[in-house]
Amino acid sequence: MAARNRELLALVPVAVLLTAGFAAVFSQENEQLGDLSLIYGGYFLAICLATHIYLRIRLPNADPYLFPLVATLTAFGLVMIYRIDETLARDQANWFVLGLVLFALTIHFLRDYEVLERYRYTIAIGGLLLLLAPRVPGIGQQVNGAYLGVKIGPIAFQPAEFTKLAIVVFLASYLREHREVLIVGARRILGVTLPPLKHFGPMLVVWGASMFMLVFIRDLGSSLMFFAAFLALLYVATGRFSFVVIGMGMFLLGAWFFAETVPHVHDRIEIWLHPYNDPQDTGYQILQSIFAQADGGLFGKGFGQALVFVPGSDDPLLPAAHTDAIYSLIVNEAGLFGAVGVVLVYLLIAARGFKIALLAADGFSKLLATGLTAVFAIQAFVIIGGVTRVIPLTGVTLPFISYGGSSILANFVLLALLLLISDRARREAAEPAGHAAALGAPA
Amino acid sequence: MNRQIVKLFAFVVVLFAVLIGFTSYWAVFDAEALKEKDANKRPLLEQQQIPRGRILTEDGVVIAKSVAKGKGDSKRYVRRYPEGSLYGHPIGYSFVEEGDTQFEQFHNEELIGDASEFSSIVDELLGHRQEGNDVVTSIDSDAQRTALAALQEVGFGAVVAIEPDTGAVKAMVSNAPYDPNRVPYDLEEWNSDEIETPLLNRATQGLYPPGSTFKVVTAAAGLDSGAITPETTIDAPGSLEVEGTPLQNDFNEDFPDTSLDTALTNSVNTWFGQLGQQLGNDVLFEYMERFGFNAKPAIDLPEDQVEASGVYEERQLLRASDPVDLARLAIGQERLLTTPLQMALVAAAVANEGELMKPQIWKRVVDPEGRMVDTMDPSTYSEPISAETAAQLTTAMEGVVREGTGTNAEIPGVAVAGKTGTAETPGNKACGGGIDENQAWFIGFAPADDPQIAIAASVECTEQFGNDVAAPIFREVAESILNGE
Repeated sequence: MAARNRELLALVPVAVLLTAGFAAVFSQENEQLGDLSLIYGGYFLAICLATHIYLRIRLPNADPYLFPLVATLTAFGLVMIYRIDETLARDQANWFVLGLVLFALTIHFLRDYEVLERYRYTIAIGGLLLLLAPRVPGIGQQVNGAYLGVKIGPIAFQPAEFTKLAIVVFLASYLREHREVLIVGARRILGVTLPPLKHFGPMLVVWGASMFMLVFIRDLGSSLMFFAAFLALLYVATGRFSFVVIGMGMFLLGAWFFAETVPHVHDRIEIWLHPYNDPQDTGYQILQSIFAQADGGLFGKGFGQALVFVPGSDDPLLPAAHTDAIYSLIVNEAGLFGAVGVVLVYLLIAARGFKIALLAADGFSKLLATGLTAVFAIQAFVIIGGVTRVIPLTGVTLPFISYGGSSILANFVLLALLLLISDRARREAAEPAGHAAALGAPA
Repeated sequence: MNRQIVKLFAFVVVLFAVLIGFTSYWAVFDAEALKEKDANKRPLLEQQQIPRGRILTEDGVVIAKSVAKGKGDSKRYVRRYPEGSLYGHPIGYSFVEEGDTQFEQFHNEELIGDASEFSSIVDELLGHRQEGNDVVTSIDSDAQRTALAALQEVGFGAVVAIEPDTGAVKAMVSNAPYDPNRVPYDLEEWNSDEIETPLLNRATQGLYPPGSTFKVVTAAAGLDSGAITPETTIDAPGSLEVEGTPLQNDFNEDFPDTSLDTALTNSVNTWFGQLGQQLGNDVLFEYMERFGFNAKPAIDLPEDQVEASGVYEERQLLRASDPVDLARLAIGQERLLTTPLQMALVAAAVANEGELMKPQIWKRVVDPEGRMVDTMDPSTYSEPISAETAAQLTTAMEGVVREGTGTNAEIPGVAVAGKTGTAETPGNKACGGGIDENQAWFIGFAPADDPQIAIAASVECTEQFGNDVAAPIFREVAESILNGE
């Protein structure tokens, strides 16, 4: 079956899932089943079909599974958010449509995504400046002691979501050019293989600056993500596991340093290790998140059945249920089975992303696909790991599921880039060598 | 680079496997333990959406019920206690923020109608909402009201009334009481009140020196072990040197060549002191344990809310192998501390021909449609003494009420068996530290020839004696129960 037909077929169960999910939530809230869930399901399917047709025209060879997988996550997210708050779900649906528009624009304007390589320093610096924006008086916003958001007029967004793309683009491009020297120029000092400083320097500066700024705006989750993406790319580019070990060592040293000196970081780690010290205050969020999971069991309580607020009041029983803790809500309502399903969807997306990297012919495409996939997978790990107490809880969004416009927009750009790389890689793989440069040739 | 990409993917697989591992742990393997955590209000909140069953007295008075608040999604049930402070002990309370205690806690499963997982899924599919069962107690509302009123007239303390042949608790009160309806507002204040301690169920958690009421246990051990018969005489001088300190009778009265009846009737300290020394640690502890000492009482209240009676050394129970002053233990002194419930059980065992029944507050469970789900089957806790010993003790205890130290317990036309006790508790913090404060007791049962009720009454911080303040409570409560039948 042709790639696009497979995509089309895969979209049908997604729409059914969304319809069924909404139906379950409606029946819980209204005790009467209207046709509204069918209408919502219809809208969702129509939007997905439009996207599918666009992909059919513009990227006929691109990976057929990525978009349906992402649509699954979005459908799941919409149902969960709708179940918490109707208005939030409407916002989220608008962001979803806007995200798809941005997705289409990215595909339209970045067909020759190598152009990104040329502007890598501009992109990197732009990304870093974006990170600083939340600390600019007047437009910056502080949430829970972190400066994560920017608000200009009615539009609020979290720049770290976009910076992550900028950093990956920069790292992929820089490593493509310098990977050989990094490998060849490596020297063994005291039995440890060290990269040559001359070529390593610029990258360290950019990366170090991003880490510093993340600490400055106190976005620990993003710093963890950026760091992991950096190590993943460094490893893939150089094949030197020792670089990763050194990197981990630096990370632990840095983490220890910040845990000792920055109260905000110290607190997060304390809460992670000893949540029961203050179960009503600092430990409240993580404990409630875990209690919500305990409530889910194997099969969950069913959509719309879990307690999000203390009944009869507006006090949250599961704080940040629509953002940080949405995974806990999924475990609560869909059980361990539902949660494993969600994790597997992320894993499948990662598998398809790395597959794209394997197929890609040139270094930049390979590294870019690897970096984008890695940062996406790690983002999912950081927040799911946070609410399940694998690592300290830090506020990043669960891609495509959590409520949040910036997250949806940035991740649709990420998806667009992956599909762009995929389209070219699969076309080149299918065509005889030499014709690869003929852009726009019919498949 | 492809090899590295594959390895990187393998690493991502491992990371995600860890996520699934942790999720499984929280959602399934550790779920039960997490639901028990104090900080976890979910189980209580969910129960709040179920109409919790009522708690009733035997005669149909509603002690606790649930009333609906709010509508639709925010609909929840809140506990109401129409009788206010009368049943605060031993029923306890059940609220989301404050948790649950005592009877409400112990019988939680029946009250929320906790059925099997399977039947609740079936119910859900059929659209039934889970509903709790009613629990009917054996408490007699007249006796309960009488007991609390009588106790409140004389001071802090507790009264426990038990049906000897079934173990059914007919009344259990503790003064100072508290109104469970006020728990959401006053809990903190009550918790910090170290004088009145209204949340303490003095009947099951109050540990007091039993004074002379314990002589019933000593006498039971003496008779049942064969160390003495009702005819055995002991020479009891007005004062006896024990462990370097004189052990004295009231007014230093001498009782030469005295038998059990006279000794119990006049509560002769030196007589029982010598009997205790004669019995030795092993025998006395053996009989104490048969009556339920040194163990948490087998009542239907949470284990952490009942106390074991026995000889305490820094909050630890002493055993037979530990050195004790036997003469003083035999008359209820030493470091012996008992709950009023325990002393009521002693009286109940003697009343029930030497067979001690498990004390139970619940009587039956009734489902929302009125069908009987379960009833309390009386069961034996132990058989501490023979029927013969019990009969001999009853005779001696009748003398106490007829012509001895407990005459205020007398009920016209009914034979009463009992024993008074007055333990000196100088410097008791709860009494404000006065030096003349006593713990006044009366334990007994009636009618002596066909016991219907066994009662222990205990009054803290009084300058009076057992016969003055505790015996009249016994009489009033016993009368209310005997007249009611």
